[in-house]
Amino acid sequence: MKLGVITFPGTLDDVDAARAARYADAEAVPLWHGDADLRGVDAVIVPGGFSYGDYLRAGAIARFAPVMGEVIDAARNGMPVLGICNGFQVLCEAGLLPGALVRNHRLHFVCRDQWLRVEDTSTAWTTRYEPGAEILIPVKNGEGAFMADEATLDMLEGEGRVVFRYAGENPNGSRRDIAGIRSADGRIVGLMPHPEHAIDALTGPSDDGLGMFLSAVDALAPA
Amino acid sequence: MTEQRRAVRPVDTVKHAESTPDVQQPYAELGLKDDEYARIREILGRRPTDAELAMYSVMWSEHCSYKSSKVHWHYWKENTTDEMRAPILAGIGENAGVVDVGDGWAVTFKIESHNHPSYVEPYQGAATGVGGIVRDIIAMGARPLAVLDPLRFGAADHPDTKRVLPGVVAGIGGYGNCLGLPNIGGEVVFDASYQGNPLVNAMCIGAMRVSDLHLAHASGTGNKVILFGARTGLDGIGGVSVLASETFSGEEGGTGRKKLPSVQVGDPFTEKVLIECCLELFAERIVVGIQDLGGAGLSCATSELASAGDGGMRVELDRVPLRAEGMTPAEILSSESQERMCAVVRPEDVDAFMRVCAKWDVIATEIGEVTEGDRLVITWHGETVLDVPPRTVAHEGPEYHRPIERPVDQDILQANSPELLARPTTPDEIRDTLLTMIASPNLASREWVTSQYDRYVRGGTVLSQPSDTGMIRIDEETGRGVAAATDCNGRFVKLDPYTGTQLALAEAYRNVATGGAMPLAVTNCLNFGSPEDPGVMWQFEQAVKGLAEGCKQLGIPVTGGNVSFYNQTGSTAILPTPVVGVLGVIDDVRRRIPTGIGAEAGETLILLGETREEFGGSEWAHVVHGHLGGLPPKVDLARERLLAEILIAGSRDGLISAAHDLSEGGLAQALVETALIGQTGARIILDPDQDPFVQLFAESAGRVLVAVPRTEELRFTEMCTARGLPWRKTGVVDPVSEALQIQDIATFPLAELRRAWEGTLPALFDVKRHHARFTPSRQAAVEPKAAFGAIKAAHGTLVPPR
Repeated sequence: MKLGVITFPGTLDDVDAARAARYADAEAVPLWHGDADLRGVDAVIVPGGFSYGDYLRAGAIARFAPVMGEVIDAARNGMPVLGICNGFQVLCEAGLLPGALVRNHRLHFVCRDQWLRVEDTSTAWTTRYEPGAEILIPVKNGEGAFMADEATLDMLEGEGRVVFRYAGENPNGSRRDIAGIRSADGRIVGLMPHPEHAIDALTGPSDDGLGMFLSAVDALAPA
Repeated sequence: MTEQRRAVRPVDTVKHAESTPDVQQPYAELGLKDDEYARIREILGRRPTDAELAMYSVMWSEHCSYKSSKVHWHYWKENTTDEMRAPILAGIGENAGVVDVGDGWAVTFKIESHNHPSYVEPYQGAATGVGGIVRDIIAMGARPLAVLDPLRFGAADHPDTKRVLPGVVAGIGGYGNCLGLPNIGGEVVFDASYQGNPLVNAMCIGAMRVSDLHLAHASGTGNKVILFGARTGLDGIGGVSVLASETFSGEEGGTGRKKLPSVQVGDPFTEKVLIECCLELFAERIVVGIQDLGGAGLSCATSELASAGDGGMRVELDRVPLRAEGMTPAEILSSESQERMCAVVRPEDVDAFMRVCAKWDVIATEIGEVTEGDRLVITWHGETVLDVPPRTVAHEGPEYHRPIERPVDQDILQANSPELLARPTTPDEIRDTLLTMIASPNLASREWVTSQYDRYVRGGTVLSQPSDTGMIRIDEETGRGVAAATDCNGRFVKLDPYTGTQLALAEAYRNVATGGAMPLAVTNCLNFGSPEDPGVMWQFEQAVKGLAEGCKQLGIPVTGGNVSFYNQTGSTAILPTPVVGVLGVIDDVRRRIPTGIGAEAGETLILLGETREEFGGSEWAHVVHGHLGGLPPKVDLARERLLAEILIAGSRDGLISAAHDLSEGGLAQALVETALIGQTGARIILDPDQDPFVQLFAESAGRVLVAVPRTEELRFTEMCTARGLPWRKTGVVDPVSEALQIQDIATFPLAELRRAWEGTLPALFDVKRHHARFTPSRQAAVEPKAAFGAIKAAHGTLVPPR
């Protein structure tokens, strides 16, 4: 099982995403932004960080990287893709997921342990969770408020595409407390909080995040 | 345009300097004294060129040359034994100290100050402070792993603190978060003495294999000098701009020039890419020597590289990539543009070097080479503008024996004992005092600050704020990790600089051990007022002596440090603030001791150490009475050593389930924090033979509150008794009550304590307060156990790895 982890200039959480893949007994394959090559991976993680310095707008430049062209094509053919934080921003900029992430309502970066409610356990990345499970994973961002027009929000809710919702206090002003969403086919998931930082209680607030990586391994396993 | 300007601007070449010996030079404006200027003329046998003057003036500044402080360095030497020196791989004089932490790992760490820029421009000042210290660590060949930020601000409720603090915090976060470095500790302290002069110190820790250590020197004739990273601009030039205005007044070049701020502007993205680029270069083993460009820019990098090597160096300054037009050689040499490094590379490796830089889109330019002889020669379009012996610039600067005098009012200060201050006596008064204290700015939760820093990135953070020490794993196979803490109570240092500095050392040392790590080495950032004030120099000498002698007693070496003078508002100096950073090592981070209680089913709370009636310089005297006087607490370093040994043994043998150091605010503060962090109540029974107020609020050193699993209690206390460490059973953890009950005094619901402790900084510094900040929510401070209880039931299918 090969989980590709993209590194753009300015990507920070690639080592964490690769570690999470290994903890889930998958092989982590580094993918370089400048190479239009997915190196035979079965799924792709677009990790967090500040790709290209987040200049212009978070994720706006990264979506044009050669590797992203391949990711977009593969995703349209059903390859599981997970965008975390900056990776979520990149997937939105790439048009793989609707909506956008804007500046936090308190106008500063916030890093804290955050409860999330798992709203949809049908995606390639969430089958290991019980419906309605509350999980504790870190959130850390300056531009993490999910924003979309009312029609899009209604569509996401109506189609059951809200995957994670902030439970309790909303850390960044996201509309309808949305922390993560999925594509219509459930293969692409984007979320602002960081499951890859919650794979071991020694270094994270819990190991709740590991379920996402184990889910992907399950999804890819031959039936 | 650039070419045209160059054509009309006279460049002050060596030849020109020789032919115009009597030209008046603005050395005084550049901060050089008459005798220093005379000495430069003597060294060169002529007047310096503009470029030479720029280089000497900036390298002989207090900041770069340590001219007022280095006569005191003998204290380090005298107090470092061979045994203490054994783990040091690189020490004082290198970019950062390096120590061997075992298993083939070397760890490098250093603190630097960025105080003055952070007052002028808080965001960029603090941001570039982080950037600079991180480059120092890269220059040793290490991967930067974590940062810590010891900060001091003016009064918390002063209007200007609302400008400075949020800017500094956002700058540290904005830069450090974007670099992908977890922030694992530091301090936030308020005192009116820092009002016009905040202290923004930044510490960075890096790790490498012992075999990969890189020292900054330029060796090997014919080796190439490569400048890489950002372009060089007009930012951060500061004083050297007088050269442009003096020399070119009235001419085209001197007018119409956009004056840029003297505080540098940082670009963390460029630095992040530069870090990865450097690490790849190190891995390919194509770097002979490397130096970061920080204070004094190319002046410092070229002279230090050349001075430390075995040859000379020739640099073609016109090859430096610029981002401003018409910069003069002096400006290019002095520019403090950020995110630049300078490497020495063998000719046959230059292509490989350039390939790595191109991969990371890092601009790299060959600007010169190592030469025979011992001169640093810099040319500008073929003409020599600088020709100096590099050692005279970098290592043989002036030295001052500044006058030293114990201030006349020191005795008055020490005689003004806190004994006469009114104390709370009834349970209600003590109750109110506790609530006032935990909500006071220096004792309140730092969450508002630390939540703006990424503490998770890279997945190695084992302990971070609000724990006593930061701790990171450096080896995923073995679990080996390092811990670091910084401390200083400036009030203690003011009352007695020698003892106060040893107290800072003792606290940082104790904090590292409280996490279960073995203290290994010391760095420092000595923040003081003007060295021209004999009273300040007395404080300084006492502090250095106290630190050096203290380290000898603890058996751990000082591996480096930084001095920041002239920290004052008008003629009033800051509280003397020698920030001490201690680095420790732990064989396996899985045995770290957490701060919060409640991890085990039944725990006994035991107070290690002795509590004496010590209130001089205490937080209580400060908060309740605005009083500073008397003597600081007694320091007993032999006792600190024993305490650390007990803590480390307790961690190794699994005898301690939580531990928290007692410092500002005393036992009361430690109890409140350990309960709130652990989200667990406790029942406390004070010693009937000692005044409850003294027990709760005295700040005696050498004390740690530990939680011991009931099953290990006897084993642990017998160990303490056998080794002669005083201990007292202080209470039990109470997982049911949701309250901190201090028998015969008061019962504090945790929710009430949390409101008091967490409300202060948001109330002071939140821009928008449209949220009910004081409503404790369950994610306000979440501990693993809370998570696990809830989650395991929810997704029982999740199997742990390994």
